[in-house]
Amino acid sequence: MPDQNIPNTRYSKSWPWKMAWRDARNSKSKLLLFILAIALGIAALVGITSFRENLLVEINNQAKTLLGADVSVRGSQLLPDSLLAAHSEYAADMSRESYFASMVYFPRTDGTRLTQVRALSGKYPYYGAIETLPAEASRTFLEGQSALVDEKLMIQYNVETGDSVKVGNLLFHIAGKLRKIPGQTNVSSTAAPVVYIPYKYLDRTGLIQKGSRINYLHYYVFKEQADTTQAWKELKEVTEDRGYDVDTVEDEKRQTSRSFKDLTDFLELVAFVALLLGCIGVASSIYVYTKEKTSIVATLRCLGITSSQAITIFLIQVSFFGLIGSVFGSALGVSVQVFLPELLKDFIPISFTSSISWPSVFTGIAIGVVVSVLFALLSLVSLRLVSPLQAIRTEVDEIKKFDRIQALIALVLFGFINLLVYLQIRSWLDSIIFTAGLMGALIILGLMGAGLRWIIRKSLSQNISFAWRQGLSNLYRPHNQTTILIITLGLGTSFIATVLFMQSMLLERVTISGAGDRPNTVLFDIQTPQKEEVKTMTLDYDLPILQEVPIVTMRLEEINGMDQMESEQDTTIHRRSWVYNREYRVTYRDSLIDSESIAEGEWIGLAMGDSIPISIAKGFADNLDVKLGDKILWNVQGALVETYISSFRDIDWRRVQTNFLVLFPTGVLERAPQFHVLITKIDNTETSARYQQAVVRNYPNISIIDLELVLKTLDEILGKIAFVIRFMALFSIGTGIIMLISSIVLSRFQRMKENVLLRTLGASSIQLWKVVIAEYFFLGILGSLTGVLLALVFSVVLGQFVFELTFVPDFIQILWIILAVTGVTVFIGLFNNQSVISRSPLEVLRKAG
Amino acid sequence: MASILKVESLSKTYPSGNKFIKVLDNINFDVSPGESIAIVGPSGSGKTTLLGLCAGLDRATEGKVTLNNTLLNKLGEDDLAKVRNQYIGFIFQNFQLIPTLTALENVMVPLELRGEKNVQRLSADLLERVGLGDRLDHYPSQLSGGEQQRVAIARAFSNSPKILFADEPTGNLDDETGTHIEELLFDINKEQQTTLIIVTHDSELAKKTDKIISLKGGKII
Repeated sequence: MPDQNIPNTRYSKSWPWKMAWRDARNSKSKLLLFILAIALGIAALVGITSFRENLLVEINNQAKTLLGADVSVRGSQLLPDSLLAAHSEYAADMSRESYFASMVYFPRTDGTRLTQVRALSGKYPYYGAIETLPAEASRTFLEGQSALVDEKLMIQYNVETGDSVKVGNLLFHIAGKLRKIPGQTNVSSTAAPVVYIPYKYLDRTGLIQKGSRINYLHYYVFKEQADTTQAWKELKEVTEDRGYDVDTVEDEKRQTSRSFKDLTDFLELVAFVALLLGCIGVASSIYVYTKEKTSIVATLRCLGITSSQAITIFLIQVSFFGLIGSVFGSALGVSVQVFLPELLKDFIPISFTSSISWPSVFTGIAIGVVVSVLFALLSLVSLRLVSPLQAIRTEVDEIKKFDRIQALIALVLFGFINLLVYLQIRSWLDSIIFTAGLMGALIILGLMGAGLRWIIRKSLSQNISFAWRQGLSNLYRPHNQTTILIITLGLGTSFIATVLFMQSMLLERVTISGAGDRPNTVLFDIQTPQKEEVKTMTLDYDLPILQEVPIVTMRLEEINGMDQMESEQDTTIHRRSWVYNREYRVTYRDSLIDSESIAEGEWIGLAMGDSIPISIAKGFADNLDVKLGDKILWNVQGALVETYISSFRDIDWRRVQTNFLVLFPTGVLERAPQFHVLITKIDNTETSARYQQAVVRNYPNISIIDLELVLKTLDEILGKIAFVIRFMALFSIGTGIIMLISSIVLSRFQRMKENVLLRTLGASSIQLWKVVIAEYFFLGILGSLTGVLLALVFSVVLGQFVFELTFVPDFIQILWIILAVTGVTVFIGLFNNQSVISRSPLEVLRKAG
Repeated sequence: MASILKVESLSKTYPSGNKFIKVLDNINFDVSPGESIAIVGPSGSGKTTLLGLCAGLDRATEGKVTLNNTLLNKLGEDDLAKVRNQYIGFIFQNFQLIPTLTALENVMVPLELRGEKNVQRLSADLLERVGLGDRLDHYPSQLSGGEQQRVAIARAFSNSPKILFADEPTGNLDDETGTHIEELLFDINKEQQTTLIIVTHDSELAKKTDKIISLKGGKII
């Protein structure tokens, strides 16, 4: 063997950069889809994460104004003197507030409405302000028999400042319009409009009666030198042990942040789906790009470049264009984020103008570049297998479909996706399930693609027309893209469909129907002496009494002989501590109603002797951590009553019924202090208004829930939520369409020469159109069908484990999705091939180079 | 004189379905520096396969290829790339210019790859030499077939190769352009003292070389 004379070539380090730039000059349009795909995904992600960052910062900055004080103490009873005295050790000042639901009446316009009445004394809020028109009304209303009324309510009932409002037995002069109170959102004020009255008039309204559900609030501002750390912490615990909620600024901050977690989590999920779709778009466009660059790589290999240099050239391009896409996407995301506070203003209790969150922007850019590179590498690594021999023999050494390096990249990719998912949901198990689900979806789609090829190959009849046969044969012939197109189409469809299904499911969750024979008016807080009179009055208005329910309030003392403290010390018991602190509103009956059914145990409708059987709502039993036969000791307004659990009930909470967590049999509570609820159905608005006015005039303590009004209000709120969801879903759908385009562009590369050849051999344009339609129709229908099936599975799983809802598919919606995706697939296929079909063969070949 | 290319007992077999097809069978020949050789034969005789093996584009099933004292069979892909960059020039039937680069940039590639200086001047001179001094900034799609092949010739000679492989260099050109390209190829080859291996169907072109290797059924006849 001769001495090896291998040249000691020192490759130029800068040459791959030069080559990348030169090659990219003419490839910009081909990489446009790539840039768009990544940009939309990153835009959604940056928009949402920036918004969340801003929101959290603002919640942090404005936490004191959310609460309006340093601390608030809330309970269903006034604070005992001992606790008041202990609190005043730390407090520089204190304000009182009582709030409850009550009807109000506007005499001038004869309007009645269920509102949240708040009786206030003191200088609250100590931080922030109650915003009113005129501004001074927020303080002056406390001086006389005056009220502040929610501005929207005043507009709705055509009431002006200076008019009167009747609250209970008293008439108040409206001192001003209430625009904003600390911690309240537009949505909450729509659902429960507020009327402020001075605290000193509360008793005289006559609304404080036995069984009335009233919340008492004490707001404190700390003394400057007060020890608010350890000593206050202990006092807080003591107060909470007595059944009061104590909220500090820190608690309020946490609660507000947590209440927005669901919203931002959902929006981030949508953004993440948009990003994943973008990634598939990246993978598709780079797959096409790689195919097109194969001959260049073969030539360059002949000229002496190494395989790693070949990959480097295109990796530089991908990183650069990924960076451009990410920067563009981040800029778009920042613009979106400017609109988000406006879009979500009705849901946010604080006002803020968004500023650029640089960490979100840089994270977005970094994620964009990394996912671009990883998804692109899946295809790019195959370039290392391009043999220089392909420069002289194009038919040999086809790029291998799969190799170990690709498998390794796929693994890294899944790891990265898993990490991103984890960062969204902060649970390794859930993120692994999500990523595994994604992998499973890919395998299913791949199998569907292979199955379609096999079925068509085996069953294609020679008797069908040439165009249809050709179109269908394209699905299994060499160089077919069936599997990859089914994967991309299917995955895209499944993501889009899942977002749509989730949207429907979440909206369905809060939609109740007042149509048909269902009741639509509920009167509550009826005192026992008023019961018969109200019933008579209702019948006088020709209204049916659909349900009349007694309600007894009670507290839970012990479960199986254990009070709250003992229960908390026993680590084997997983009981929510609040079950001991809340007030229970309980009814008694001898039978079940149609919104409930026995899930376990036996329903006993009559208590015999000392043993009192009760029934517990099934879901609530988990919070209590109880089983059938367990004993519960109740404190019924001073009297202790021991019961045992004889059954668990399933309850349909969406029905317009009075449903109860705890149900007693007859024969126990009949003589306990109680109030009543009456349910009726009013068919026309005029009767409803007259009936409500009569009830409020005669029985000011009785509150009326007009379900028509509730539905209208709910509809208004849902409209706002739906708008937000749809706005965000636009990103996913937009990216999905780009992904669809890139996956279909895939096939153009393969079909172009074939179609040109058919044209040369004399195929008519119509025949070629039919070939294209047949091929893309089958791809579209199978891809979308598989995608929808996957989305159904995802939705059932998400519904079950995340939203705790039963997902009911809407077949019309499903049909629309399949038709839309198939239609778009065929349209893009036709559009994509029109240049090939409508031009002369030579022109196409010249253009293709 | 030591040979620049030595082919010994060279065989190449390709899988085809369940069978193997022997495309080249026990090929032996030597090429001296500066010599020009034509490999001729009917379609399917193994000409292009032989060229691919001699240029280190493919690997032999059996036998040895020694190019400029380097045994190609033993080299890894990266070393083969270095050999191609330093010692070999290529001219293809379908020109194989890089469509996204201008004529000048196409010629510059082999020199730029190894980090040489003044490559723009040298490449422009070469394009001037092949008569394309006024087409430096044109892209391949803006050039005729003959012009593209002239750019390919300029590129092939740009790294002053020891050996030049030409695969049907006039196969895609009309007679007149083909003749002009042949003249250019032989003239520059003479100027640069390069060894020339041409695969061709064209017996007239083959006659212009120093030696002809005829292949039939994968064997030298």
